[in-house]
Amino acid sequence: MGPCPVVGQWQGSGLSLGLHGALPGGGAMAGIGALPGNKPDNTAFTQQRLPAWQPLLSAGTALPLFFCAGLACLALGLGLHFSSATIRELELDYTGAPGSGHNCSRCANASRAGAAGCTCSLRFELPERFPGPVCLYYQLANYYQNHRRYSVSRDDRQLSGVASGLSNPARECSPFRTDPRGIPIAPCGAIANSLFNDTFALYHLANGTFYPVPLDNRGISWWTDSNIKFSNPELINGSLEAAFRGTAKPPNWPHAAYTLDMGNLNNTGFINEDFIVWMRTAALPTFRKLYRRVREGNFSSGLPQGTYRLDITYNYPVLSFQGTKKVIFSTVSWMGGKNPFLGIVYLIFGSACILTGFVMLAVHIKFQKQNQMDVE
Amino acid sequence: LKRKRKKKNENKWVVVSNLPFESCKWKENPNRHYDCNKIKTTKYTFLSFIPKNIFEQFHRFANLYFVAIAALNFVPMVNAFQPAVSLIPICVIMAITAVKDAWEDFRRYQLDKEINNMVCLVYSRKESDYIEKCWKDVRVGDFVQLQCNEIIPADILLLYSSDQNGICHLETANLDGETNLKQRQVVKGFSNQNTPFDPELFQNTIVCEKPNNDLNKFNGFVEQPDHKRIGFGSESLLLRGCTIRNTEIAIGIVIYAGHETKAMLNNSGPRYKRSKIERRMNIDIFFCVGLLFIMCLIGALGHGIWNGSFSERPPYEVPDPNGNYLSSALAGFYMFLTMIILLQILIPISLYVSIEFVKLGQVFLIHNDIDLYDEDVDLPIQCRALNITEDLGQIQYIFSDKTGTLTENKMVFRRCTVDGNEFSHQENAKRLETHKELDSDDEDWARHQHFALPVIKIEKPDTLKQKNSKPLRRCQSARARFQGHARKKSLGRCDSLQSQVAFSSTIEKDVTPDNRLLMKVRDATLQIESLASFPSAKDTCSTTSVTDFFLALAICNTVVVSTATEPRQRVTAPPLMKPSGISLERIHQLLQRLKLANLGQSFSLTQSSSDLGASVNAKNSKENPAATDSYNKDDISTHTCSNSTDGDYDTDDRADAMPRKVSTEMGGASLDEVFGSVSQGHLQPEFCYEAESPDEAALVHAARAYSFTLMSRTPEQVTVRLPQGTLLTFDILCTLGFDSVRKRMSVVVRHPFTNEIIVYTKGADSVIMDLLEDPAKADFNMGRKLRRIHAKTQKHLDWYARYGLRTLCIAKKVLSEHDFRKWANFRREAEAAIDNRDELLMDTAQHLETKLTLLGATGIEDRLQEGVPDTIAALREAGIQIWVLTGDKQETAVNIAYSCKLLDQKDTVFTINTENKETCESLLNLTLEEVRKNSNVERTKWNFFGISLSSSLPASVASSPDIGLVVDGKTLNVIFQGKLEEKFLELTKYCRSVLCCRATPLQKSMVAKLVRRQLKVMTLSIGDGANDVSMIQAADVGIGISGQEGMQAVMASDFAISRFKHLKKLLLVHGHWCYSRLAKMVIYFFYKNVSYVSLLFWYQFFCGFSGTTMIDYWQMIFFNLFFTSMPPILFGILDKDVSAETLLSLPELYKSGQNSETYKLSTFSIAVMDAFYQSLICFFVPYLTYKDSDIDVFTFGTPINTISLFTILLHQALEMKTWTCFHWITMIGSVLLYFTFSTIYNAVCVVCNEPTSPFWLMEDQLSDPSFYLVCFITPVIALLPRYLVLAVRGTFRASPILKAQQLDKLPKEQRDLEIQRWRSGKQDTPSIPMASPSDEVDRTNSNLRVSQFLGQAAFTPHGNNDTQGLSTPEMNHLRDWILNGEGNSSTRRWAREEATAANSLGRPCPGRDLLEPTRIASPGPFTSHLTSDNAEELTPGSHRRSVSAVTL
Repeated sequence: MGPCPVVGQWQGSGLSLGLHGALPGGGAMAGIGALPGNKPDNTAFTQQRLPAWQPLLSAGTALPLFFCAGLACLALGLGLHFSSATIRELELDYTGAPGSGHNCSRCANASRAGAAGCTCSLRFELPERFPGPVCLYYQLANYYQNHRRYSVSRDDRQLSGVASGLSNPARECSPFRTDPRGIPIAPCGAIANSLFNDTFALYHLANGTFYPVPLDNRGISWWTDSNIKFSNPELINGSLEAAFRGTAKPPNWPHAAYTLDMGNLNNTGFINEDFIVWMRTAALPTFRKLYRRVREGNFSSGLPQGTYRLDITYNYPVLSFQGTKKVIFSTVSWMGGKNPFLGIVYLIFGSACILTGFVMLAVHIKFQKQNQMDVE
Repeated sequence: LKRKRKKKNENKWVVVSNLPFESCKWKENPNRHYDCNKIKTTKYTFLSFIPKNIFEQFHRFANLYFVAIAALNFVPMVNAFQPAVSLIPICVIMAITAVKDAWEDFRRYQLDKEINNMVCLVYSRKESDYIEKCWKDVRVGDFVQLQCNEIIPADILLLYSSDQNGICHLETANLDGETNLKQRQVVKGFSNQNTPFDPELFQNTIVCEKPNNDLNKFNGFVEQPDHKRIGFGSESLLLRGCTIRNTEIAIGIVIYAGHETKAMLNNSGPRYKRSKIERRMNIDIFFCVGLLFIMCLIGALGHGIWNGSFSERPPYEVPDPNGNYLSSALAGFYMFLTMIILLQILIPISLYVSIEFVKLGQVFLIHNDIDLYDEDVDLPIQCRALNITEDLGQIQYIFSDKTGTLTENKMVFRRCTVDGNEFSHQENAKRLETHKELDSDDEDWARHQHFALPVIKIEKPDTLKQKNSKPLRRCQSARARFQGHARKKSLGRCDSLQSQVAFSSTIEKDVTPDNRLLMKVRDATLQIESLASFPSAKDTCSTTSVTDFFLALAICNTVVVSTATEPRQRVTAPPLMKPSGISLERIHQLLQRLKLANLGQSFSLTQSSSDLGASVNAKNSKENPAATDSYNKDDISTHTCSNSTDGDYDTDDRADAMPRKVSTEMGGASLDEVFGSVSQGHLQPEFCYEAESPDEAALVHAARAYSFTLMSRTPEQVTVRLPQGTLLTFDILCTLGFDSVRKRMSVVVRHPFTNEIIVYTKGADSVIMDLLEDPAKADFNMGRKLRRIHAKTQKHLDWYARYGLRTLCIAKKVLSEHDFRKWANFRREAEAAIDNRDELLMDTAQHLETKLTLLGATGIEDRLQEGVPDTIAALREAGIQIWVLTGDKQETAVNIAYSCKLLDQKDTVFTINTENKETCESLLNLTLEEVRKNSNVERTKWNFFGISLSSSLPASVASSPDIGLVVDGKTLNVIFQGKLEEKFLELTKYCRSVLCCRATPLQKSMVAKLVRRQLKVMTLSIGDGANDVSMIQAADVGIGISGQEGMQAVMASDFAISRFKHLKKLLLVHGHWCYSRLAKMVIYFFYKNVSYVSLLFWYQFFCGFSGTTMIDYWQMIFFNLFFTSMPPILFGILDKDVSAETLLSLPELYKSGQNSETYKLSTFSIAVMDAFYQSLICFFVPYLTYKDSDIDVFTFGTPINTISLFTILLHQALEMKTWTCFHWITMIGSVLLYFTFSTIYNAVCVVCNEPTSPFWLMEDQLSDPSFYLVCFITPVIALLPRYLVLAVRGTFRASPILKAQQLDKLPKEQRDLEIQRWRSGKQDTPSIPMASPSDEVDRTNSNLRVSQFLGQAAFTPHGNNDTQGLSTPEMNHLRDWILNGEGNSSTRRWAREEATAANSLGRPCPGRDLLEPTRIASPGPFTSHLTSDNAEELTPGSHRRSVSAVTL
C-alpha cells in the first residue's frame, strides 16, 4: 500500500462512509504508486448488469390480461351471486320507536325509564322454508361498539382468568374498574358493563299452537375465544362463586358474572358465550351478533314455512342514541352469510375489464397503424 | 480549560524547548498550554455515546416530531395507542441510525488508535539520546528526529538536516495529493550543518503565529538568548502527515501538535448539502402536514358534532375515570390531538431513513463503477458528499475550468520565439500528432475491452499479455517513427516507472528540437567560444539571447531533480569527475584566465579558456556534428533506465560532501573532465524533473532537448549542463516564487564566471510585456531593434494563443552588485517581518522585476483530454449549458473551446471586452436585440412545425440558437459592479455556450452563484485546481478532478473524478438513474403513507371520529418498518428505467431529470390522488363486503391491512422497470414475511397486546373464503386505473424515456439502428456532427484542430514573413496529412462546410451589423489580432465563422 498504511485502510473500505479521515485528505491520493487495489470489482452486481426481467406495459401486453381477468371475474362473480342469492334472510325490527305503534313500544319506553324485564312478542310469517342451520342474530344500529374509549375499556388478562386481573383490573377499565367502594369489578370495563341483555324465544305455530323452537347457544362464539382467550378464574373448592369473591358485578348487571348461566358451568362467568360474543367488539356501528342457532330437534333441517312468534325480553335501551334493534334469521352458505356485494363487484369488474380490453384492442390497432406510418 | 486562558490572552505562539523542564512537573512547563499530539476524531466516547448520539439525532426535525407525538401519546386524555408501543417506531429508527453512527465512530476510533500509537524518535535528556515514543506522547517543544520515509508526527520546525545544504525533502501526497517532492529548509540561523545538532544546546525561543489551517502560510522568528531574531517561513515547517524523502535524518522542534497541526485543522468532515429533491420533498412534507391538519380537523369537528348529537349519553360513550363526560368542544379538541397521533405516519418517518440507505447504496454503486475508474492513477470515483447523488441527474448548467479539466494539464513544449524569431518545431508537432493517434488506438482497444467484457473474461491470460504490451506498443512506434531508433529493451518497464512520477509522461519529456533553432544554439555556443578566444566582437546579442533563453528555461523554476531508477533519490550534484589528476595549481591558473576574459553580458564557457583554445576548436568541430548524436545517446540512456549508475552515486555522495566552492570551480575547470563527464553522461540515469506546475517541467524538458540539462537544484545552487557538456553551477541568490497576483516568477543567480548577478523572469506575457525596459531609453539603434523584437514577439504570442497554446515570456535583467545588495537588505527585512509580511515580500518582488530585457517566449500546448469533445457534445445534447470559466487568455480559451466543440465553426461568437459600464450596457443591449431577432425567427419556424412535432417530441426545443459569448474578467467586473447581471444572464440564455476568460477565482464563483441564484437552476462546477475551489463550492454540485494540480479542488468537491470524460457517464447514467430512482422512491413513499393512513381516516367516519384503529398497532408498525420498506429501498438502489448504453447514446433522455419530470408538483399530486383513490377502494370494498355482518373490529382490519399490503406492493411492482433476483426476493419475501409474522403473532399473542388482543385473527381469516375473494378483487380494482394509464402511455410512447425503454427491448443491432434513426430525426439541422461510434469523434478531434488551424493559416491575410512556422511546405504537409486521413469524417465535413460557407456568404452575418457601428479600435495588445480578425470576416470566403469582437 501507499506510504501511510492508515490511509490505505480508508481507501480499501470501498464505501467512503466516514470521510473523517484521521489524516487529512482522507487518503484520497494514497493509492498513487500502489497496487491497482482501488479497482472496483467487475461483478454484475456492482456494475449494475444483473440479469433482469424488464416488463414493458403497453396495450399489446395488457390485452390478454384484461380479457383473461375479465372472464375470470365474470365467472367468479356469477358463482358468488348465485350462491349469495340462495341465502334466505328475514329481518325483524323490534326497536319500538315511540309513535311507531309497534308491539314493543311499550317496552322501549319502559326500558328508557330504567325498568327491566318487559316482554313483548312479534308474530311473523316465514314466506318459505329456511334450510338449516338457521342462525338467529340480533342487530344493533347506530351502536358504536368501535368507539375507541369504549373498545379498549376491558381487561383481557382478567377475562383469561388470571387471578391478578381479577383483583386488580387494568387501568383501561375505568371508570368501570372498581365500584364506589373500591372493590374491583369483574368483568371490568365499559364493554362488559353494557352487555346486551335482551333475550329471545321462538315459537312455531303448528296446528294452532305455538311450539317452542329449540335455540342452541353452543358454538356461537369463536372456538379459540371460549376455549383459550376467555376462561374463568380457577375454581376455589369447586366453586366459581368463591373464585369471584372479592369482586363486584358491573354496575349495569343485575347479577354477578358467575350467574350468567346458572345451570351450565361451561357457559357461565367469563366463558359465557353470549358474553364472549358481546365482548368481540363490532367493526361498524351497525352490526349483528350471533344469538342462537336453530339446529336441533324437529328444526335441525331448517325452519319450515309458516307463522312464528318471537318473545322478546326487552331490557336494552337504544332509543337514547337513536339506535335500532333487529332480529335476523339467516341461513348460511359456504361463504358465510348473505353477501350480495362481492358477487356484484366481481360481475361489474369482470365486464369492465372486458370492455377495457376492447378499448385497448382498438388503441393497439390504431397505434400499430400510426407506428407503421411513422416508419414510412 | 486551563490552556484556554493563556491562549486567549496572547496573539503569538511561543514555544521553548522542553528539555530544561524534563525533570520538572508538567505543570511548570511553559508549553503545557498547548495540545498534546494525541488525536481524537471520534465524536463519542464509550459512555457519552448514547446521550450524545440521541442529542445529535434530535437535531433532525423529523425525529423531534415523532418523539413529540410519542410523548403526546402518554397523555391519557388523547392517547390513541398504548403509550409505550408508540415509542417503538421512533426507537427502531433511532437505533438503526445509532448503530450506523457507532460503527462509523468505531472505525474512526480504531484509526485514531493506530495513528496515535505510531512510533517516532524524541530526544530525551535522561537518555541523552533519541528514544522511541508514541505519536500521542509527543509534546510541543519536543525535539523529534525523523528518518527517511518516516511520516511526520506533528508540525515541526526544521532545525537540522543531514543534507549538507540544510534541505529536507517532503512528499505531501497525504496532505494535498501532490506527489512531487518539496524542499524544506533548515531555519537560517541553524544552517551550520557541519556539527551535529544538539538539542540540549537549544536555548532559543520560537515565536510564530497561532495555529491556522493555511498550509502555505506560516511565519515567525527564533529569538536567540541574545535577543537576535531569525525569521522563518513555511519553507522551514514540516507538516504532519507528510513523508520525509531523500533525507537521512531531519531534526526539528514540535511547534503544533495534535489537533492544532495544520493538517488536522484542514481536516473537515464530509459535506452535507441538501439536494433539490430533498428541498422539493420538504415542501411536500409541509403539504402533508397541511393534509394531516385537515384530516385532524375533520376528525375533531366530526367528533365534536357526533358527540353533541346525543341527548343522552349512550352506553358506548365512556366517561372519564371520575365519571364525568367531556363537553363536545373539549372532546373535539382532544380528538384533534389523538388524530395527530393516529395519523402521524402521514409524515413519512421511514422516508428519511430509507433515503439515507438508498443514497448509501447509490454511492456504493457509483463508487464501484468500473467505467469511472482511472487505471493510470488507480483511482475510482470518490463520492465525498453522500447525499446529493440525485442532483447529478438534474444539472442544467456546467461551469468548467479549462486547464486540467478540459485539457490534460500535460504541458508539451510546442513552439518558441527567441529574439523575435519564431521556431515552429514542426518535427515536434508531428511527434505530437503521432502520439495522439496512437493514444486513440489505445482508446479503441480500451473501448473494445469495455464492451466485450464477457469475452475478455474468458480469455484472461490473453488480455493480460495485451495489457502489458500496451505501453510498449505506444512507446515503440511513436518513437521509432521520428527517431529511427529501436529500443525494445525495457521500454515497458520504463514506461511504468515514469507513470509514477508527476508530470513526466513520455509525451511531455521528449521534445524534438527544431533544426533551425538547434543550429542556432550550436552556432551560439560556437560563436561564444570563438568570441572567447577573440573577445573583440560586440554584436553578440542574438546569440547570447538564444543561450540565455535556454538557460532561463532551465534555471528559472523550482523543479526538483531526481532520477528515474530510484525515483526519490535526488541527485545532489552531477556525476562530475573522479577527483583525480587536477592539481590546485591548475585550477588557480584557469581561474586567473577566466577573470581576464571580459565577456560583457554573455557568459563564458569553460571550453573557451584560451589555455585549451585550439584543441577545443578542433574538438568542438568534431563534437558539433555529433551533438545530436550525443543527444540521442543520452536518450538511450534515458530510456533504458540503466542501473549502471550505482557507482556514480557513490561519487555523487562524495562530491556532495565536498565544499561547494571547490566543486564549482572544478566544474568549470578542466576540459578533460568536462569531456569525461560527457562520456559519463551516456550512462547517466534519467533525470526526473518534479515540478510544482506542469509548465515548468515542460520548459525544463524543452531546455534539455537543446542540451541545456538541468542537473541539480538546491536552494542555493543550480547546475546546468551545457550542450558541450560543460557544467555551470549558478549560485541562487534569491527565488521569487510564482503567485497568481504577480503572474510571474524570478530567480536571481550569480553567474559562476562573470560574477554577474542576473535576474531571470518568466511569466504571463501580459505582465512581462509591461515590465520590459522601455526601448526608448536605449540608444536609437538598439531601441528600434528592441521595439521590433517586442512587436514580433507579441505577434507570435498572439499566434500561439490563437491556436490554444499557453504562452510564457522569458526575460532577464542584469543587476549591479550594489543594487542587488540594496535590494537584498530590503528583502531580508521583509522576510523577518511578521506583520504584513506578504505585502512586503510582494513589494520587494515587484521592485526587482522591472526593466527586463525580453529573451523570448514559449508556447506550450495543453492537450485536450481524451473524450472531451464527445463528452461536451453529449452533455450539450442532454440540454446542459456549458460555461467555461478560465483564467487563461481569451485567444487560448476560444481556441480550446473550438477544439473541444464547445463552440462550433458556424456559431456566431460575440465577444465583449470592455471596462466601461455604459459601453458594456449598450453592448449587451445591442447583442440582446440581435440575438432576439434571430431566435424569434427560429421560434416561429418551430411553431410552424410545432403542432405535428409536439405530440411525439415534446422536448425538441433543441434548435438552440448557435450563439457563443466570450467575455473577459474585466467585463465581468463591470457587469457585477454595474448591476448588469440580469441583462448578461438574459443574453446568456440565448447562448449556446459562454466563455469567461481571464477570470479570477472570485469571479468564477460569482458567476456560478449568479446563475444559480438568478436563474434558479441546478449548477455543477468542475475544476482541478486551487483556483476552482470557490467555484466548486458555489455550485450545487462540485466536482473535483484529481489531476495534476493537487488536491484542493478534490477536497472541496462533492465528487472527485480523474478525467473529464467520466462526467458523461456520471451525469447521463448515474445522475439519471439516481434521480429517477430516488424521485420515484420519494413519490412512492408519499403515496404509500397517504394511502395507508387514509384507510385509518376513512374508518373514523364509522367509529364516531373516536380515533379507533381497525388494525392492530403492531401490524401497523411492522407494515411500515418491515413489510413494505424493503422493496422501495431496493427499488431506489437498483431500478434501471433505461439501460446505461441507451442513456449514453441518447443524451436527450437526461432532460427528464433536468425538468424534474419524475418528481414535481403534478406527479406528486397525482400520486396523492391515486393514494386517496386506492385507499378508498381498499377501505370501501371490504366495508361493503362486511357491512351488516357480525365482523369485529380487528377481523375487519385484517383483510384491509392485507389488501393494502398487496396494493402497495403491486403498485411498486408496476413502477419497477427492472426485475432482478433481488427484486423478486424482496417482493415475495415481503408478502411471505407479512403472512408469517401475522399468523405467528396472532397465534401466540393471546393477551400480549392489551386491550386489543389480535388472537387468531389471521388464522380465522385464512379459513374464510371471502377473505381471499376480497383480497383478490380489491387490489386489482385499486390498481386498474394506474395500470390502464401506464399501458396507454406505454403504447403511445408518451415520453422519450418510454421510447427508450422500448428500444432497450430490441436486439442490439436493431437498437443501434433505431437509436441512429431517432437521433438523425432530431438533427435536421446538422449542427452537431454525430458520428455515432464515439471513438471516431475522438480520433478526428486532432484533425479538426489542425484543420481549423489550417483554415486560419490558409485564409488569414497574415502575409508576414514572421509566420515562418507556417511556411508553405509545412502547410502543404499538414494539408496532405489531413487529406490522407482515410474515411475521415471531419475532412469531408470540413470540405463540405467550406462549400456551404462559400455559398452562404451572401447572407449577412448577424454579428456584423452590431459590429460595424461599435468597432472602436483602441491601442492595446489585441488590436492587431482584432483587426485582422475583422478583416478576415470582411473578405469574402475568408473565414467560416463570423466573429464579432469589440474591444474597448
